[in-house]
Amino acid sequence: MTRFALRGILGRKLRTVLTALAIVLGVAMVSGTFVLTDSIAKAFDAIFTEQYRGTDAVVTGKSAFVLTNNNTTAQPSFDESLLAKVRGLPDVRAALGGVAAQAHLIGKNGKAIVFGGAPNLGFSVDPSQPAFNSLSLVDGTWPKDSEVVVDRSTASKKHLHVGDTIGVQAQGPVVQFRISGLVKFGAVSTIGGATLAGFDLASAQSLFDKRGKLDDIRIAAKAGVSPGKLVAEVQEILPPETRVRSGSSQATSDAKDTNGFITFLQTFLLAFGGIALFVGSFVIANSLSITIAQRMREFATLRTLGASRRQVLASVIVEALVMGVVASLVGLFLGLALAKGLFKLFDVVGFTLPNNGLTFETRTIVVALAVGIVITLLASLRPAFRATRVPPIAAVREGAVLPPGRFARFRVVGAIATAALGFAGLLLGLFGHGLGTKGVLVLMGLGALLIFIGVALFASRLVRPLAVVANPVARWTVFILSVLAWPLFALPFWLLRFGAWGSSSTGKRALAFVGGAVLNPLLLVVALAMIVRKAATRWNPEWPAEFPGVLADHSATSIGSENSQRNPQRTASTAAALMIGLALVTLVATLAAGIIKPFEDAVNKIFTSDYAITAQNNFDPIPVSAARAAASTPGIDAIASVRGGDGRAFGSTIQVSAVDRSIGRVITIDWKNGSNTVFEALGANGAFVDDGYAKKHKLSVGSPIALLTPKGETLHLVLKGIFKPPTGGSPFGAVTISSSAFDAHYDQPQNLFSFVAMRGGVTDANTVALTNALKSFPNAKAATRDQFVKNQISFLKNILNILYVLLALSVVVSLFGIVNTLVLTVFERTREIGMLRAIGLTRRQTRQMIRHESVITALIGAVLGIILGLILGGLLTARVKEIVFVVPVTQLIVFTIASIFVGIVAAIFPARRAARLSPLEALHYE
Amino acid sequence: MSSAGGSPLSGAGSTTTEAVVVARDLTRTFGAGDTAVQALRGVSVDIEAGKLTAVMGPSGSGKSTLMHILAGLDKPTSGTVELAGTEITTLGDNDLTKLRRQHIGFIFQFFNLLPILDARENVLLPLTIAGEKPEDGWFDELIGQVGLGDRLKHRPAELSGGQQQRVAIARALVSRPTVVFADEPTGNLDSSTSGEILELLRKSVETYGQTTVMVTHDARAAAMADRILLLADGVIVRELPRSDAHEILMAIEELNRR
Ligand SMILES: Nc1ncnc2c1ncn2[C@@H]1O[C@H](COP(=O)(O)OP(=O)(O)OP(=O)(O)O)[C@@H](O)[C@H]1O
Ligand SMILES: [Mg+2]
Repeated sequence: MTRFALRGILGRKLRTVLTALAIVLGVAMVSGTFVLTDSIAKAFDAIFTEQYRGTDAVVTGKSAFVLTNNNTTAQPSFDESLLAKVRGLPDVRAALGGVAAQAHLIGKNGKAIVFGGAPNLGFSVDPSQPAFNSLSLVDGTWPKDSEVVVDRSTASKKHLHVGDTIGVQAQGPVVQFRISGLVKFGAVSTIGGATLAGFDLASAQSLFDKRGKLDDIRIAAKAGVSPGKLVAEVQEILPPETRVRSGSSQATSDAKDTNGFITFLQTFLLAFGGIALFVGSFVIANSLSITIAQRMREFATLRTLGASRRQVLASVIVEALVMGVVASLVGLFLGLALAKGLFKLFDVVGFTLPNNGLTFETRTIVVALAVGIVITLLASLRPAFRATRVPPIAAVREGAVLPPGRFARFRVVGAIATAALGFAGLLLGLFGHGLGTKGVLVLMGLGALLIFIGVALFASRLVRPLAVVANPVARWTVFILSVLAWPLFALPFWLLRFGAWGSSSTGKRALAFVGGAVLNPLLLVVALAMIVRKAATRWNPEWPAEFPGVLADHSATSIGSENSQRNPQRTASTAAALMIGLALVTLVATLAAGIIKPFEDAVNKIFTSDYAITAQNNFDPIPVSAARAAASTPGIDAIASVRGGDGRAFGSTIQVSAVDRSIGRVITIDWKNGSNTVFEALGANGAFVDDGYAKKHKLSVGSPIALLTPKGETLHLVLKGIFKPPTGGSPFGAVTISSSAFDAHYDQPQNLFSFVAMRGGVTDANTVALTNALKSFPNAKAATRDQFVKNQISFLKNILNILYVLLALSVVVSLFGIVNTLVLTVFERTREIGMLRAIGLTRRQTRQMIRHESVITALIGAVLGIILGLILGGLLTARVKEIVFVVPVTQLIVFTIASIFVGIVAAIFPARRAARLSPLEALHYE
Repeated sequence: MSSAGGSPLSGAGSTTTEAVVVARDLTRTFGAGDTAVQALRGVSVDIEAGKLTAVMGPSGSGKSTLMHILAGLDKPTSGTVELAGTEITTLGDNDLTKLRRQHIGFIFQFFNLLPILDARENVLLPLTIAGEKPEDGWFDELIGQVGLGDRLKHRPAELSGGQQQRVAIARALVSRPTVVFADEPTGNLDSSTSGEILELLRKSVETYGQTTVMVTHDARAAAMADRILLLADGVIVRELPRSDAHEILMAIEELNRR
């Protein structure tokens, strides 16, 4: 029997390929994700290992608690006197002190050099101790005073050469350095988009505002001394705000953040692979169901020849298994190509990922294959069991229909129960208490999954009414789209073919051909290919063809519409695949709109002055001196800043912010207790919080707050005021103190935003003046309120676009699903289409008929998906108070039109097949 | 009248050959209520071993229904069928499957070959399904008999109707079933091809003693049979011994006149 299953696959190549594609894409996504993230992880691993080459132990500053990784606060530095003490230890062979901080290289255009979100690393280098040096010179010399070495990839991308002068901005204004050499980092082929800037120790210390201080001491042990012994020895003499680790454990600790990021990226991308596979399973189940219905007579014949139900089941499952294996293998290797492509793509957009060659782990192979095969098998189960229900007598009965499954009568109840269970899971995840983030996500994911399955099962009941509604919509949108596309596609294509084969004067034909080529040069290629094919083979293109019109043929579309309702189950299953993608896209759009709207409101409410100063990338902290420089702008009325850092209060790590006394002149907030005088009264120990935080910790004006700083000091604060943040949030952290208090207890304080009020408000002259004042801080920029909102949202928009692209994958899978259903349907209706052709249906009408069915199916999927997406969005926004429910009308219209496009594109190939059936052949077909 | 005499048309007990299929009081009703159709209204029949039995009758008289029930494809509304000593109307799907493998062969009007398999594979299909191998020489002999020698590698789509039915006959015979059922095996073929196919069926009965039941509309086909059952309105109204086409036509005329 197995052999027949294999034969079945080979005998139905097109169907198998179309069905398998659904799995190929999902598996490719899974394997691509693994390859990509493994490769990044390996590259980072190489970087971190290289970093501590020759280092047996490392002394670093130690914060009082684990810092968050939003990079407002760095590990505290320590006094450089420690170095001498370390060097004096008996087992220490060598020790090297260094400093490191963010340092922006300033390009020739005066802008900071940034590649995507990659870091800009500045550090001290000491060539006299090469054992500790993970850099190697590729050109020039090591830096002396007022000199810098930069990495060669930045140098080549930005055309920097040894001897050039380059600006560097770190803790203060831009300082000019001479490039003394170009370096590369160990054996790592690319370290991603990070820029490297190395200085001699003294220059680095002054540039980073760390005079007399160090960030780390690297220590090499004398021969025969184990790192453990060395660490223990160093430990003895360490002051409390420092720690010592072995080189390897320091590398592991450094890698923690990146590993966290990589794990997140992996989970995130895998989720989309999972969605694509889920959609793929619908496509497979549907294709197999249709195929099995069409092969009923074959199964019945097998039964009369003595095949048992088990054998029929096995033959279908083996067929699915083989398909699953092949599709997963193809997907696995496609994933490899995908990862390669993604590296290239990121590189092109400037976000170079660290890359040290692609990593193809055994785990990738195992997981990708297992997932693909298991999903295919699961999807084949229902169709396979239905196949076993084909009675032997179907071998002799004309037009026998597949008997309904044993559970068919429970279908509606089952569908509703499944969806209800899904909603229950979702609601429990959203509103239940005491679930971890993981638990919430798992519950919500499972809930959504069940909802999709439930709705898909129920959808066959909705096909008729929805098709009735979709019919005119499909007709009109296709008409409008045809009108729009007519001059660019239909007309030039006809003109080109007329030019090639028309029976008219040479002049007219030449004119037509040129006209067509001008209107759409792309079609010229197609036409040329057709001409070559006609000349080279016996192929006969359709000519003369009707002059292209745009009006939908009413009778053709009517048949198409009826056809879509003929087998509601099939239409529903096909549409359901698209529904999933659309529901998720709608959900994402709804959430984005729900975040953006209150954010805009909040900014408009709080930001009542004229300009805001932020980093070029809108979120990095900027040196405090930038605000000082801006303060000297002529015409300035007021400038006040918000700083940020990590802190710990009431047992949890929080975001601490700090404000200037005059902040009340540039922003407006609603006070619950207190007024703008709170800003001035903060002093050395005053604080204010938002009402949510106050409520959570039962605080009222006068309450004490003990705030632990990263350096280990405890500030005993007194609550001076409570404010009500708007829904969209505020620029403040959980606890806000005065900037003078902040600067006294935090190293290298940095601003998140500075707000500026100018005399005369926003004017071109003021903008120029402010920008000029910031000239020596190229990483800072001034933005008006509208620009500020846009800048802040741009990050969200980028994420949104990434989500859309990833979800598009599952929409593509569902597109294949529609193609597949249509191809199978055309195949099944060969006789019928032949009959229609025989009684006068033209090729164009045939194409329109198929296309209309396709568009209606797509529209049903779109409508169901959008409704479902809005419901899911509504539930989520009800849960998260920072997000409001906003219907993203424009996006929904775009999605609907995109779905119609999916329908049109999906129909191209099947419609061509149907149109090419000759009436005679079709009637002959058995 | 038939040689079996006036009493039970089945002629049970009156012949020396043993019966391999024994049906008693079969009725079959399709649908229910107003639209109910009584396809069989009490048929008793014995199919004798080693003989070719033809079933004839007007369209809608219940021939196919009877055959389906005898072959275990359909269940009677009442009555019993014993095939090779087993009561089959109460058998479950698994036992029926086993019974089919061992005792039943089918020849269909529309051939029902598997389009993806070549002729050889189609012929061997019942054995493959049962996980068996053909006896030595049997397959070659069979292929020689049906005259397919040079066509074994062809797929059904590359064969003529007659050739396809030859494949189907070989397929029905390959497992040497107790009884072969054929519903209008020539219904889809032209008359000269029909003749060849009928010759083949006749030969299989004579050479191998293959018990065969054949439903047909064609008096010429029935003339090849050892015994002819005439069905009308769901009952066997008459039975003829081996007769020539003319006699059969006369008998049918007579029926129609009644
Ligand atoms: N599956 C069915 N459902 C309902 N009625 C049926 C079914 N099968 C057969 N019948 C009815 O039972 C009666 C006998 O049908 P049957 O197919 O046995 O006739 P037949 O003698 O084989 O006719 P023909 O020579 O046309 O093949 C007919 O009236 C037919 O309409
Ligand atoms: Mg019949």
